[in-house]
Amino acid sequence: MATIEVENISKNYGKIEALKNVSLTVEQGAVLGMLGPNGAGKTTLVKILSSLIKPTAGRASVAGFDVVNETRQVRSNIGLAGQSAAVDENLTGRENLYLVARLYHLDKDTSRRRAGELLEQFNLVESGDRAVKTYSGGMRRRLDLGASLVAEPPVLFLDEPTTGLDPRSRNELWDVIRSLVQGGTTVLLTTQYLEEADQLADSISVIDQGSLIAQGTASELKQRAGSEFISVQSQELDQVSKTVGVMRRFSTEEPTVTQHDRRVTVSVTDGSALLASVVRELDAEGVAVTDLSMRQPTLDDVFLALTGRTAVESETDGSEDGAADD
Amino acid sequence: MTELVANLRGEARWLVQDTITMSWRNLVITTRTPELLTFVTIQPIMFVLLFVYVFGGAIQTGGSYTDFLMPGIIIQTVLFGTSQTAVGLADDLSKGIVDRYRSLPMARSAVIAGRVVGDMARNVLVVFVMLAVGLAIGFRFHGGVAGAIAMPFYAIFFSLAFHFVMAYFGARVGTVESANVVTFLVIFPITFLSSAFVPVETMPGWLQPVAENNPMTYGVDTARAMSQGGEVAENLLFSIAWIVGITVVFAPLAVYQYRKAS
Repeated sequence: MATIEVENISKNYGKIEALKNVSLTVEQGAVLGMLGPNGAGKTTLVKILSSLIKPTAGRASVAGFDVVNETRQVRSNIGLAGQSAAVDENLTGRENLYLVARLYHLDKDTSRRRAGELLEQFNLVESGDRAVKTYSGGMRRRLDLGASLVAEPPVLFLDEPTTGLDPRSRNELWDVIRSLVQGGTTVLLTTQYLEEADQLADSISVIDQGSLIAQGTASELKQRAGSEFISVQSQELDQVSKTVGVMRRFSTEEPTVTQHDRRVTVSVTDGSALLASVVRELDAEGVAVTDLSMRQPTLDDVFLALTGRTAVESETDGSEDGAADD
Repeated sequence: MTELVANLRGEARWLVQDTITMSWRNLVITTRTPELLTFVTIQPIMFVLLFVYVFGGAIQTGGSYTDFLMPGIIIQTVLFGTSQTAVGLADDLSKGIVDRYRSLPMARSAVIAGRVVGDMARNVLVVFVMLAVGLAIGFRFHGGVAGAIAMPFYAIFFSLAFHFVMAYFGARVGTVESANVVTFLVIFPITFLSSAFVPVETMPGWLQPVAENNPMTYGVDTARAMSQGGEVAENLLFSIAWIVGITVVFAPLAVYQYRKAS
């Protein structure tokens, strides 16, 4: 039996369908990245799996327990961190961890010990006895993650754990999550960042407007975008149209142009074989090239290929039915 | 059915311990919030001084107005103190910290119970501060030692019912601002339409039955009889009936509303 099993889960808020017939499984010790824009239904799914809300239809189990009928057992087996969890502003970091430990029904000595261990693990020892309201965003997230690990739960839900963090704090948190995963914890991670899912998850489910639209490993998903990209930056602005003309010869698709950096990008089927000819033809046309590169598709390209929209565009779509996520 | 029984058993098993944990949390937060402590002690002292020195000369009670006022204003203060239950719960609900609690295997009613116990504990401090101020400006016990000892504890017990009423409203409105408005609208009429500040006989005839049957009046009259002598038993009986009745209705309502809101 998989550690997380979701069968045909739907959730409606009035007329809004936050989740439509979602099914997935996560095996023990695996990390599933749930990737999608704001309002896609990621948080709704996490809330259902952590027994905070009930699904409208379908069933789900976590660590073998039904999320509707066996909530207490589910809660004893999970940790929840991210945007739908929180820490207490007026308590210190240590008190927050101690409080959560006591509410997991660890005894007082164990609770105290765990609080100390987690402060150390999350690099919060020095600020452990200060009120959380003095913490930075990154420190709060680390404490929040620590609180979810107090009882060393076998299943962890991380709901957009790095949203709103600066790159350095994000990298720190990624390192922490990687080390947790090595310890065998089963993780369901939601994120809007394509890079984050790529970095942390074994497999990725792409969710959009309440439905799963794709599942696979990062490289499988990239293959679905179907191609590589060649990108050329010319020296002068008036050479851009000449470059576009050259690039058209190598692809059935129309090149995209970004004027501000004079860059022309086109998707091709066998980039490495074409690269030499691209250089020759640009040279023959007299285009002075300042940068020429070939890249694999990113998950941004994947999202575009799957939905016809970029993740950023759908973010504004999603805000209209923000109730689905918030 | 078996799931329901299992859930209730789990709830009962951890209720006491989780209530203690949550009360601890609320008390720690109270001590970290100096403005809250100042507010709950300064405001009642201000009320005592204003009523004694501003209104006291105009209100005829057939004896010392300070002696008349103190039991009333102590009951009024513990009742005002219950508004913190609504505000605190609404604050927790609006900040999403409840999602953390809800993801834990704790007894859910402990969130309400811990809030009530923590807030009542703060009321203990407030009552004794007020008594000290009262004694300093001339308040005296005239009802015997037992009554004098019983009165402050009775006052705190009286607030129990209203903590649950306020917990219900706090969970219902869900934001601090609305909680402040609602508690004001509930508490103000209850405290002033009573025997707390003036004898009921001085009110217009049509209003007297309202004031006489106000649970607050029973509470004030009990505290007054305990501290000044007079009929304790009957008032105590009626006020206990009110307290138990309100608690039995509002404690489950508050828990229900909290579950629904979070």
